[in-house]
Amino acid sequence: MNTAVGAVEVSNARRGRPVRGFRVLPGFGLTMGITLTYLSLIVLIPLAAAFLRSSTLGPERFWQVVTAPRVLASLRLSFGASLIAAVINAVFGFIIAWALTRRQFPLRRMFDAIIDLPFALPTAVAGIALAALYSSTGWIGRWLEPLGIKVAYTPVGVVVALCFIGLPFVVRTLQPVLADLDHEVERAAETLGASRLQIFRWVVLPAIWPALLTGCALAFSRSVGEYGSVIFIAGNIPMVSEIAPLMIMTKLEQYQYAEATAIAVVMLAASFGMMLLINGLQLWIQRRQRSRS
Amino acid sequence: MKPTMIPASLGSGLALTVALLYLGVLVALPLAVVFIEAFARGGSAYLAALADPDARSALRLTLLVASVTVPMNLVFGVTASWAIAKFEFRGKNMLITLIDLPFAVSPVISGLIYVLVFGARGWLGPWLIAHNIHIIFAVPGIILATTFVTFPFVARELIPLMQAQGTEEEQTAISLGASGWQAFRHVTLPNIRWGLLYGVLLCNARAMGEFGAVSVVSGHIRGLTNTLPLHIEILHNEYNPVAAFSCASLLALLALITLIAKTILERHHPELRTGLARRT
Repeated sequence: MNTAVGAVEVSNARRGRPVRGFRVLPGFGLTMGITLTYLSLIVLIPLAAAFLRSSTLGPERFWQVVTAPRVLASLRLSFGASLIAAVINAVFGFIIAWALTRRQFPLRRMFDAIIDLPFALPTAVAGIALAALYSSTGWIGRWLEPLGIKVAYTPVGVVVALCFIGLPFVVRTLQPVLADLDHEVERAAETLGASRLQIFRWVVLPAIWPALLTGCALAFSRSVGEYGSVIFIAGNIPMVSEIAPLMIMTKLEQYQYAEATAIAVVMLAASFGMMLLINGLQLWIQRRQRSRS
Repeated sequence: MKPTMIPASLGSGLALTVALLYLGVLVALPLAVVFIEAFARGGSAYLAALADPDARSALRLTLLVASVTVPMNLVFGVTASWAIAKFEFRGKNMLITLIDLPFAVSPVISGLIYVLVFGARGWLGPWLIAHNIHIIFAVPGIILATTFVTFPFVARELIPLMQAQGTEEEQTAISLGASGWQAFRHVTLPNIRWGLLYGVLLCNARAMGEFGAVSVVSGHIRGLTNTLPLHIEILHNEYNPVAAFSCASLLALLALITLIAKTILERHHPELRTGLARRT
């Protein structure tokens, strides 16, 4: 691992040419060296350690660990709740992005700024706030409980927390696309007699759906690994409201390192898959925009 | 960016109402509840909760961790974006993806990987024990895990900014006899200072607020390895909502200040808004 990184470093130093120019800017070898060393020490080597550790488990044992009923239930909850939250945020995120780009209303700037709160608010703070709001005595929970809806300490609570965490991803990816979308096209469709639904289906949706998909994918991949904002509201009942990251935590507390690592590897593989998908989506969107303009 | 506004109609009014309701209930209400619960027993209970020695040591540790990790990632961010934005080389996109990697990893896993390397049963565990060096369940582990989760922030911010600025100005400076460091110090740095501030702001907010990764490596030793977010969890589990929300209000205040500073920066420097959603 170390020698491979070193080799890349040397060949890159030889290859390093300044962008658009003939004169060579100094510092390529030094900055690339520092970058690769720091990246390897902080990110790559520790991550590789996780994969190597899980390989000591052997394929059979690995399979046994990740298909144990309690682990499987936690994975199902993490992935399922993230998917549901992403779909909910696709709908409401679109409406919010649309309202923010197309409508003028009082405090618009403030509402626009507050979208980023889930990014900025520490997850533990969000977690205890959501738990307080949705518990049976909380501001929201006390109105929902007579209706027979229990949110806190159920999978519904997990979805609520993941909706909170994922919202900015959807809104922030949609906003620039909606702002670029020429409103005149919508007007033209309207004067030609299209209904609002038809305009949305045939004019707006084709233009924004790649961005919508990217936003949802970003929200989903963040949600799957989310921990702090979920555990307080989830109640963490085994088989019911226990998320996969908490399962890793539990195994670690019982000093079952190999088991914890096996679950982590499953989640890492999913995250890396999502990352490739998102990168592919963004490349595709760029190419689409270029071919249009 | 001036959006095309549309006139009010029944349908758009309904959409606006739905949008504001969703934002209000899902996002604004949790923020409000933090401050209201913190002051539920009045100002003196609030201040007493913050004056608690364990709360103070947690706050001190949080500040210490941020004051180490943010400068480290700042130096890395500037260095990496110099190499990536000012030079052409093969595998550049791969390198950018690798720098982004920590964003894709669950916080709990970010802590776990350090336990696997430095923990008592980890790769270096026996050697560390023999030399009496404590990393896991100690402050160095907390710093490492926080460095991992905040790793991409500054670099992510600076790379597109420096790529857009090109290399002409630096090349002119060097052809006029400036050294590489002088070119960076007097040409590049003034060009990127707002992006730098923006990245540091987001990096700092995450460093002070990180919970999952730190939770794995900390060991939750009161007065020693408890950061503010971990202390909030303990107080919550002890059914002490006033104290938990009082400590949480400090972090919520930090989040608010971060948001306001970020909004002001974005208004004056719209180029900072690009690719915002990628920054978790």
